[in-house]
Amino acid sequence: MTNFFKNSDLSRNDAENIVSDTLNKCDDGELYLEDSKSESIILDDNKIKGSSYSSDLGFGFRAVSDEIVAYSHSNEISKNSLNQSSESLKSTLRSTKGTYNHSIPKTNKKYYENINPIEQKSLDEKIEILNKVNNYLRSKDSNVKQVTANFSGEQKTIEIIRSGGETLSDVRPLIRFNVSVMLDKDGRKESGVYGIGGRKSYDSYLKEDNWKEVCDEALRIASVNLESKPAPAGEMKVVLGPGWPAILIHEAVGHGLEGDFNRKKTSAFHNLMGQKVASEGVTIVDDGTIDNRRGSLTIDDEGTPTEKTVLIENGVLKNFMQDRLNARLMKTRSTGSGRRENYRHIVLPRMRNTMMLNGNRTQEEMIKSVNKGIFAVSFGGGQVDITSGKFVFNCTEAYEIINGKIGSPIKGATLIGDGPSILKEVSMVGNDMMLDPGIGTCGKAGQGVPVGVAQPSILINKMTVGGTKL
Amino acid sequence: MIKDQEYLSEKASYCLDLAKKKGATDSSVVVSNSISETVNFRNKKLDESNRSDNLAIGITTYIDKKKSSISSSNLLKENLDILIEKCIETTKNTPEDEFNSLPDKDLLAKEVKDLDLYDETHIKNEDKIEYLTRLEISASSNKKIVNTESSFTEDKSNFILANSDGFCKGYKNSSFIASSVTVAKDEKSMERDYEYTSKCHLRDIKDAEVLGKLAAKQTIRKLSPKKISSEKIALIFDKRIAKGILSTFANAISSSAISRGTSFLKDKINQKIFSDEINIFDKPDILKGLGSRVFDAEGVKTDTLKLVEQGVLRHYLIDTYNGKKLKLRSNGRSGGTSNLYFNNGKVSYKDLLNSNSKCLYLTETIGHGSNIVTGDYSVGATGFLIENGEFKYPINEITIAGNFKEMFQNITLANDLEFEYSTNSPTMMIEGMVVAGK
Repeated sequence: MTNFFKNSDLSRNDAENIVSDTLNKCDDGELYLEDSKSESIILDDNKIKGSSYSSDLGFGFRAVSDEIVAYSHSNEISKNSLNQSSESLKSTLRSTKGTYNHSIPKTNKKYYENINPIEQKSLDEKIEILNKVNNYLRSKDSNVKQVTANFSGEQKTIEIIRSGGETLSDVRPLIRFNVSVMLDKDGRKESGVYGIGGRKSYDSYLKEDNWKEVCDEALRIASVNLESKPAPAGEMKVVLGPGWPAILIHEAVGHGLEGDFNRKKTSAFHNLMGQKVASEGVTIVDDGTIDNRRGSLTIDDEGTPTEKTVLIENGVLKNFMQDRLNARLMKTRSTGSGRRENYRHIVLPRMRNTMMLNGNRTQEEMIKSVNKGIFAVSFGGGQVDITSGKFVFNCTEAYEIINGKIGSPIKGATLIGDGPSILKEVSMVGNDMMLDPGIGTCGKAGQGVPVGVAQPSILINKMTVGGTKL
Repeated sequence: MIKDQEYLSEKASYCLDLAKKKGATDSSVVVSNSISETVNFRNKKLDESNRSDNLAIGITTYIDKKKSSISSSNLLKENLDILIEKCIETTKNTPEDEFNSLPDKDLLAKEVKDLDLYDETHIKNEDKIEYLTRLEISASSNKKIVNTESSFTEDKSNFILANSDGFCKGYKNSSFIASSVTVAKDEKSMERDYEYTSKCHLRDIKDAEVLGKLAAKQTIRKLSPKKISSEKIALIFDKRIAKGILSTFANAISSSAISRGTSFLKDKINQKIFSDEINIFDKPDILKGLGSRVFDAEGVKTDTLKLVEQGVLRHYLIDTYNGKKLKLRSNGRSGGTSNLYFNNGKVSYKDLLNSNSKCLYLTETIGHGSNIVTGDYSVGATGFLIENGEFKYPINEITIAGNFKEMFQNITLANDLEFEYSTNSPTMMIEGMVVAGK
């Protein structure tokens, strides 16, 4: 555990006093301290492209009064700096008449180990694996013209000091291993990317079988794309494969169910609570409690223990995801969804691991039922306009379906749909739910946080496919 | 107060000296400080205030052809000592790369030209609040606007870049940014749009009322959109998204994508990749320019580049490492482009709208559908149907797709270039792309 007050003229006691004094008569707020260490090692173009290490230390001080948030942060943990922040918060809020909400649930659970993945493996070992990855891929297929592979690891220690001196803390490991391959066959270039990761040590992910699987998958996707034909354009049926394609759920409905957009009534879902927003059989949860997952958290960045929040149950909208501020203003409770990228940012309600649960159909049935459509297996990123509800994501591996059979692979196309109505178009839910491999980062208001997704195969009756073939 | 040059240089030379003492044959360091103050409004009331004071240091050490780097926000001496020690250790254990080196000395910037990038004016939060109040009153004057969110940010930054070849320079930068996001609603739909203004100098930003009115107008006109059929149709890109096409072009000619062979524009130097009328410049020395700079991220002086001349690609964007790999010299583009723009086209905005009896005018694209390996492009879009030069009705839930290789050949530009961003384009028409809708 980091001692944030070591080498500082600010003692824990001073900090507690300044926090209590500043938040007196505020509704909520806290001092958030963070110490993060991260490293990244990249192999690219046959070479180790250097290595980088970063250490970041700082605090963010937040005071909340009614709907107003005052925030100040600094990377200098000192008496002077914290007092300056306190002054800045007081000057924004001036006259506050709130009563500080001391209640915060407690937990003894931990969803990941207290480790520093960076220190657990030497630089030499990491470099050796990256070189093996490069050699393995280049010897496996002579069309491989470029390989990029990288490790990134992080340990983040956080501490939250609330008014009255209550203290909550967490140590969060996170690693990621990524491989990208470019093939060149008779002048045609295509690439494939795959990765794995989570809140664990490198060792648990990087056994030989494991990294080879990642390489094989990246190479397989690139090889499929070498044979791809122009994608069709227009509305058609879409079968989504299990696992990572659940970013559709993340974009299409996840963001629209975050508390802030609903309190502000800017989400297309804000007046749909208790109503049917999805087909029967569709259940979606946001779960922060799965062991070692990228989106899991023991406590959120306000100190609230995370949970498994049911968002949509059998088609009916049940809950929004809440942080403390939006929960208070919407007269409900925090779901442990208050997150921030780091101490430089304010807390927002965010997703953790967003999952559509199993139904009882098979992927085979879905494909058989489609006359003309596409089968989407892997995706790049997605984006949503939460107000109009329109969302997109990009296929990185997809196939045409003709008369119930999978046809040729198609070029990367964007799919676009309408969030509030897409889940009503889900006509089959599979029984093959899979978690994604641990690679997702969600962006909101300029803040990126690690997230996970999961889903079984699903059949969507109608989506617009953004290809070039009319 | 933003840290001055003296404080930053002192930290920089401390690091360079220590790195040398510990065994680095070369090193470079960048030390920066930025202070940013933001006030956010929502529905005509104060919503959030945010002050941030960021110090940052980045150190790269070389031992002959081995290289490693570290970064931190903690500038205390004890921490720097630990980090430099760690950096040197890591450098020793990192394999050699023959192309690793500091920039050639003769390319380093000799002087810091004053480009008028710093306005020391400090606006108090009260004045930001006054601006935002006026903005939001103007943005919400139409009953169809049901939600407004606005923000005002004042940024000040200063930095020093130094290396063991004796380079040690830096300068201050400021920006003032105001934005307004509005939500409009009618019986059938809810839509969001925005407008913003960003300038180095306070006096150059848009007036609050003008900004609010623009945001509201752009949102209201999107209400009750329709979806159109899939078809091949001419697309007109509003300036605020036309610049995105230019950014993709810049990514595709970066020396890293070229040297790695992962760009569809590899080996296209001196070849015609756009139509005759297209000229693209990257001009770093525009006074008060949002992308202006005196030297690049490695200290290499930056001159204006005519990247594309009458449709022919003349330069890649080259940094030291990838330059050495390609046997080319750096042209001062480590960190990317500066003020990148298309020269004006020949037709007026109005004539561009009239050039086809029917076309789509796009105001927003969503998604990350640009593939610079293949040149394939497919993104979601919203906009308007135009018939005979007239805006007919809003369109959404469509995608547009094509391949940059053909798209670049089919660009027609209007003559309405303005310098609102660091990358700027006149209104742009691209023919031959496919729209997927119903």
